[in-house]
Amino acid sequence: MASARLAGEPGAPAIAPPPRHRSASWPLVDRLGYWMCWATGIGLCLIAAAIVLFMLVKGISYLRPGLFVESPAPSLHQNQSGGFLDPIVGTLIVTALGTLIAAPAGVALATWLSEYGRPSWLARAVESAIDMIAGAPSIVLAIFGLLIFSRSFVGFLSQSAANGTVTGQSFFAAGIVMAIIALPLVFASTREALAQIPGRMREASFALGKTRATTIRRVLLPSIRPGIAGGVVLGMGRIIGDTAIIVILLGETLKNEAVGRIPLIGTLRGTGSTLTSYVYKNSPAGEGNAPQKAYAAAFVLLMIVLALNALVSRLTGGPNRRGARLLGLSLTARMPWIR
Amino acid sequence: MATGAPPTRPRGAVRTDRRAERTLGALAAGVLVLVGLMVATVVISAWPSFSANGLSWFAPGGDVVAQFRAMHAGTPLPGHSLLYFRAWPLIWGTLLVTALAVAIALVISTLAAIFLAEFAPQPVRHLLEPVVRLLAGVPSVVYGLIGILALGPFVNNHLISEARRQSVAYVVQLDGADLATATVILAVMITPIMVALIAGALTSVPASWREGSVALGVNRWRTIVRVSLRTARPAIVAATVLATARALGEAIMLAMVSGGRPFAANPLDGITFLFEPVQPLGATIVQEFGGETTGPIASTIYAIAAVLLVSAALLSFAGWAAKQPLKRYGIGV
Repeated sequence: MASARLAGEPGAPAIAPPPRHRSASWPLVDRLGYWMCWATGIGLCLIAAAIVLFMLVKGISYLRPGLFVESPAPSLHQNQSGGFLDPIVGTLIVTALGTLIAAPAGVALATWLSEYGRPSWLARAVESAIDMIAGAPSIVLAIFGLLIFSRSFVGFLSQSAANGTVTGQSFFAAGIVMAIIALPLVFASTREALAQIPGRMREASFALGKTRATTIRRVLLPSIRPGIAGGVVLGMGRIIGDTAIIVILLGETLKNEAVGRIPLIGTLRGTGSTLTSYVYKNSPAGEGNAPQKAYAAAFVLLMIVLALNALVSRLTGGPNRRGARLLGLSLTARMPWIR
Repeated sequence: MATGAPPTRPRGAVRTDRRAERTLGALAAGVLVLVGLMVATVVISAWPSFSANGLSWFAPGGDVVAQFRAMHAGTPLPGHSLLYFRAWPLIWGTLLVTALAVAIALVISTLAAIFLAEFAPQPVRHLLEPVVRLLAGVPSVVYGLIGILALGPFVNNHLISEARRQSVAYVVQLDGADLATATVILAVMITPIMVALIAGALTSVPASWREGSVALGVNRWRTIVRVSLRTARPAIVAATVLATARALGEAIMLAMVSGGRPFAANPLDGITFLFEPVQPLGATIVQEFGGETTGPIASTIYAIAAVLLVSAALLSFAGWAAKQPLKRYGIGV
């Protein structure tokens, strides 16, 4: 396979691929290594298959349509504790809020860095800052969010207790912190897409008398739309799968409880749950201990994540667009953009 | 990338252009402010705990559960302040789980990356790439659920013998929520990142280098080990460091799987050691957080978060530094 790609490279003379299965003549150690590679490769496939099959069996045996339309109810019996309507709504709210903030911010940052990037010390500093955000554990970001949103000057974003202390736990808080963890993903995809646009496209636009800003808006950004979309979907997947931020910043309630009377704002100021925190709280580690509900919700969660995964590969042009790319991550990406 | 400056233009357009640059630049500076604010806020809020305990914060000393219980109750342990905290069992748990998981993942992912980059026939590669992406995409809470409801009970029922249980019954109860389970799941979670980074590096080794080796009659396995793997060594180091950062920050899965008992597993117990519970730092935050934003518990939690933040930042930097030699070969950048 290596040689197939070599042959395709410009300038490299076409060479016949070496015969692949000639390992019989190798020394024993080499053959051992070769077969261990095969074993790990197949082992990884088996692990993934086991996870998916296990969740599929558990999910199908505990999932019933009613779970999608019932709200969670406090009960010790698993057949009376309701469904996960509220967590699904919660997941949607948090994802929408996080994506709405992260997508424009990530695109703007990437554009600035690769099209302007002046002064260069600022560009370098911003790059390292985004690296640091990408590398920070989400539990730490959650604690940071708690510290910020429990200040009284942002009390309007969450609830205040009778004695004036602000809880700092609300959909606003969780959504905004989620935007921070999705930001590096959008940023990285946009930046890589911009870097792949040949310089002559910019030059052509300049030659037509367009300014840099117009070039960005009219030429560059429209041509990298799939790349941006891929990054946004990756970010959504990250938001949907994150639990630590929800557990810290969305409160202890399983139901979405609104604060005040304004319909939408009230919900956003209130506490609630998402699919991830629902799974966590219904697992034996949480208070609920309703494994059947946890399995059912985890199955739904896994299906959403798988669907988003498929969407990303479709948007970024399949898994093999550039041999080295996997997970939207290569050496050109400077951090693992996944969590 | 950006090419030469555009030629002169009507003044209005230039002004719009400059305004766009300023707006975007201000946003970029905002990110710097955000990171600065994050480090400052977390460290300042953690300060009460650090200053009350000094460097012994990191030292062993007493039962972490008792210390947290004292903070909850508001009655200090005899002879100590209310903020008395000794994090060593948690730090030890973090180090153990992280080191073991990264060691396992390093072996697996190097082999898998070689397979992916060199040996896998086209159809197998088309299968393996989505598999790696899937393993990376599974939310940590799902891994945790599998650990606590499937793998943990399996370890408890089939791998821990009664004699082993009795041998440590006077210090700790073995119940399948343990070091081994946590390590295995964590290794599965970090393997995809390492596979992706290492395979990426292997495929970007200049083809002529490998061809040269093969032309000299070296077989493909030796070529990979001696040429590709050696060239990609910085990438392997970088992948290991970044995976370590990831493992260090994992909280939810470990809170679910590792038992929730801050016990310093003792390597002198032989194999039993693997079945003893641990509680890493990140998991402790999840376990002990109860909504408080001020008070001794909160500042202890902030202190743990500060330790995690600083270590993650250092590891990010180390990963970046480890990758630098690759630029010499024109790989990555």
